[in-house]
Amino acid sequence: MNPQEITAVVLATLKNIAPELEESDLIADRPLRNQVDLDSMDWLNFLIGLHTALQVEIPESDYSKLVTLNDLVGYLRQRCPT
Amino acid sequence: MNREEGIVIEFKLPSLGADMDEGKLIEWLVKPGDEVKRGQVVAIVDTSKAAVDVEIWQEGIVHQLLVQAGEKIPVGTVLATLLAPGETAAPPASIAAGPVVKTEARRRISPAARKEAETLGVDIATVEGTGPDAAVTLADVKRAASAKSPALQPDSSADKTAEMRKAIAAAMSRSKREIPHYYLAETIPLDKASTWLTQQNAQRPLTARLLLAVLQLKAVALATKRFPEMNGFWQDGAYLPAPAAHLGVAISLRQGGLIAPAIHDVADKTLAQLMSDLTDLVKRARSGSLRSSEMSDPTLTVTNLGEQGVDSVFGVIYPPQVALVGFGKLLRRPWVDDGSGEIRALPLVVASLAADHRVSDGHSGALFLAEIRELLQHPENL
Repeated sequence: MNPQEITAVVLATLKNIAPELEESDLIADRPLRNQVDLDSMDWLNFLIGLHTALQVEIPESDYSKLVTLNDLVGYLRQRCPT
Repeated sequence: MNREEGIVIEFKLPSLGADMDEGKLIEWLVKPGDEVKRGQVVAIVDTSKAAVDVEIWQEGIVHQLLVQAGEKIPVGTVLATLLAPGETAAPPASIAAGPVVKTEARRRISPAARKEAETLGVDIATVEGTGPDAAVTLADVKRAASAKSPALQPDSSADKTAEMRKAIAAAMSRSKREIPHYYLAETIPLDKASTWLTQQNAQRPLTARLLLAVLQLKAVALATKRFPEMNGFWQDGAYLPAPAAHLGVAISLRQGGLIAPAIHDVADKTLAQLMSDLTDLVKRARSGSLRSSEMSDPTLTVTNLGEQGVDSVFGVIYPPQVALVGFGKLLRRPWVDDGSGEIRALPLVVASLAADHRVSDGHSGALFLAEIRELLQHPENL
């Protein structure tokens, strides 16, 4: 998958958790959880959504690497089955 | 024995929490003649906070539905009558044939009711009578008319937000007016709990991972076993301890507002079960689909504001409950080890208690928080 496709999946998954989200307000290199007000339950559900959509395992020890939208897209791109 | 006497069970709109004194019937999920079982969802009622699936706790056969979709009804209103199990000799068809299909000649209709029906354009043949001998009264006609007009939909989201604000205002004002709160806080080291959780989650697939919140819930529920004065209701000037810990979980809603439905029997559930219950509850609270028992019977509320970054939270008790436990953010701070005197950086959380001084004193409140702290030092036993 190319970065645009992955970004689309990430945003769609995010919108399932936070329907009020305006994509245009999202700044890709700022911490995502502050911008979207995701608590731990939302975050976990978001990752479960990504796992279901992309078949990617995301260990808890990697959470600290996944801060911004750009981080997420880069991480998923590396791990997505091609 | 006359079917109308003695064997009819009244099914009333249950209390759906201190801040909910009325609801609007959206839909019946049963009809006359249907058999109902304990715990079955029989109706959907819209409240200021959510559409609630109303459960029934008696078994029987639905006899009459007394309230129609669209009606606003106060808590305690008789919604329907049931026939006790075993009182089912008459086939459902004849039960359904109650007042509704009786010919008008045989029905008693008050003159005022007939006149009002004409004025309001209500078909009197379809109005269910609740007067003596199932006579149709003026009130029945007015009810039927009001049921016709309002949309059988939950209120719009703007209305809903305003309604919810009003409901929260009423419950919280009552709490602060009536309940003499006292407040305590205790800093709890969470190094053991965090390490245990990290190890657990490393072995678990994404879908089975646990959150710290479920350890906190379980610890609170277990602590109430030794401190029953924190878990129950203040009613009619006296304290009634609850037999089990049904913990209300404060859930903030994305559109604004707050709801605190219960997870039942928290002390008896495994962490995995609690995690799945919590996930389900949050999802349903946010989509506005809760059950009446979840709304009516939380015995103690737990709130977690740590996600929003605050160190501690001192809550307002949700009446008729008598305590509220709050958890703040997971902090990494220097901590002096009691035994060795060494200073280490540890994950800590501030647990707080708001409790009702009519029921408990600061002394037992302090011991209650100490018990929660102790339980969180042994996560493997939770």
